[in-house]
Amino acid sequence: MKPDRKTAAGLFVLALLAVLPPIFIWTGNPFYVDLATRLVILAIAATSLNLILGYGGMISFGHAAYVGLGAYAVGIPAYHELYGGFDAIASFSGSFQIPLAVAVCALFALVTGAICLRTKGVYFIMITMAFAQMVYYLFVSIEEYGADDGLVIDVRSELPGINLDRPLQLYYLAFVSLVLAIVIVRTIVNSRFGMVIQGAKGNDTRMKTMGFNTYIYRLTAYVISGAMAGYAGALLGNFTTFISPEMMDWTRSGELMFMVILGGAATTFGPLMGAAAFIVIEEVLSHVTIYWHLPFGLMLILVVLYVRGGIMGLIEGRWGRRR
Amino acid sequence: MDTALFVIQLLNGLQLGLLLFLVASGLTLIFGILDFVNLAHGALYMLGAFICATLTMWTGSFVLSVILSLPVVGAIGFAIERLVARSLYTRDHLDQVLATFGLILVLDTLAHLIWGPEGMAIPLPAWLDGQIAVTETLVIPTYRLLIIATGLATAGGLFWLVNYTRLGMLIRAGASNRTMVAALGINIQLLFSLVFALGAVLAGLAGMLVAPITEASIGMGNNIIITAFVVIIVGGIGSMKGAFIAALMIGLIDTLGRSFLDDIFKLFMSTAAAETSAPAVSAMLIYIIMAAVLAVRPQGLFPPKVR
Repeated sequence: MKPDRKTAAGLFVLALLAVLPPIFIWTGNPFYVDLATRLVILAIAATSLNLILGYGGMISFGHAAYVGLGAYAVGIPAYHELYGGFDAIASFSGSFQIPLAVAVCALFALVTGAICLRTKGVYFIMITMAFAQMVYYLFVSIEEYGADDGLVIDVRSELPGINLDRPLQLYYLAFVSLVLAIVIVRTIVNSRFGMVIQGAKGNDTRMKTMGFNTYIYRLTAYVISGAMAGYAGALLGNFTTFISPEMMDWTRSGELMFMVILGGAATTFGPLMGAAAFIVIEEVLSHVTIYWHLPFGLMLILVVLYVRGGIMGLIEGRWGRRR
Repeated sequence: MDTALFVIQLLNGLQLGLLLFLVASGLTLIFGILDFVNLAHGALYMLGAFICATLTMWTGSFVLSVILSLPVVGAIGFAIERLVARSLYTRDHLDQVLATFGLILVLDTLAHLIWGPEGMAIPLPAWLDGQIAVTETLVIPTYRLLIIATGLATAGGLFWLVNYTRLGMLIRAGASNRTMVAALGINIQLLFSLVFALGAVLAGLAGMLVAPITEASIGMGNNIIITAFVVIIVGGIGSMKGAFIAALMIGLIDTLGRSFLDDIFKLFMSTAAAETSAPAVSAMLIYIIMAAVLAVRPQGLFPPKVR
């Protein structure tokens, strides 16, 4: 594919994210590194959601649950001081915790997806949300792990050669992960598998008639997406060193959906653009007024009503209709 | 478990179920006729509570305030339909979810601006504040009985409205085939606005009824809206009967689960295990039920015949 404006814009933002954080450090603004880290991690989660929501047409309203589960998969072993003695599996806690986060989320996606994908339309939206609420209330009611108050992660994941206590190292781990996530989703989307997923979004009956068991294809995409979001959650847990059920609140899932739509659903760099715009707008508005949810909500409504195709649609110069 | 506690919890469950029905009935009406997912429906529940609290402060009478607040909330619902919802009917559910999510942020923040971050309590008049002693151990607060009575009366009125009036006939016809209704010369735009306003009144009423118990607070709608969605999904979206049965079911299961699940668990596991697992399971119970229902019947328990 020849480079177009959308790809150029996406690569430009990635390039900015690659060079800016060290500059923030040198100029004495480490706060902006934190902001960039959060942005990149949320972009990974949004990219994973885009695979099923944008390309697959599966409107998951419970994606924050995977982020939360991933974070708890780091927090709970750390809480039990399980960061030694895993030599049989892995000699660094991180090489145990991060795969655990991915595995837990993949399993959760497999079990819940198997049920959710039996439903369609608004039922699907609501049942994915219901499963997320289940996880939310599960962690709200477990006193051991802090319930409502959340859990502090005393020790970040240890990884060979990377020290996550150093903000820049954590940031670049997240950044490289984001690039990989974008490449993975793009590869999946352009593969035969991805074509089936997109075909099923357009016309499920037709794909079935052509002999594809779209249910299995969709479920596989759902599991991949959940696992990726779990990975983002593991990074987020390491970044904030504090996890709470609030990470899984349904409004968080709504925010992830908004990032995807704001950036441009079913585009390679859309989720990144959406996450970046989201973080920047949130940061700017919340400095201006404590009532920043008001302009933010208005903007959300206006974007949905008038900006079809999101930021990517604007960059492409396409003011017309989505679809 | 003793009988008095059980009866009280049964009444609490019934009360929660009826409040849920008031919120869910509006949701299911709006979804059934307009095919519109309205996350912001819970904000109307919150606005109902706040408006009623303010009016109670001014007028001094809770009952009068409820009567005065109902048309106000209805007008707000009418305005929301005209300003925001109308543009979204032809969009897919994703756009509707996101736009109404934005609407929640706007309305919650407006409430914050107008009424401040603190909650507002509504004092009950003396004649509602008492308790009725049925037996020595069984004491029921009068106000809870009033909520149950109001809920049942509203449900009855709604069934009458939907099944035996001209407006109800149009609502049912609109739910079956709105294009046909419009083609028959009915002002479908006005019908949509009225249905939206009706839903707003019902949700607002639920908020007003609950406010004297829990007080009006920012974000109070965001908790009940999710449960109300569970209700209409379990009941079958667009079905009034389904919403009623599912609301009572969810209300009772949630309340009784929270009170008695640990006792039930103790029958087949150790006390310690029961006491740790019961709160977790009871908090998740309604979602487990919803998942189970959808796994077996993906269209809910009472899907409307025409969809």
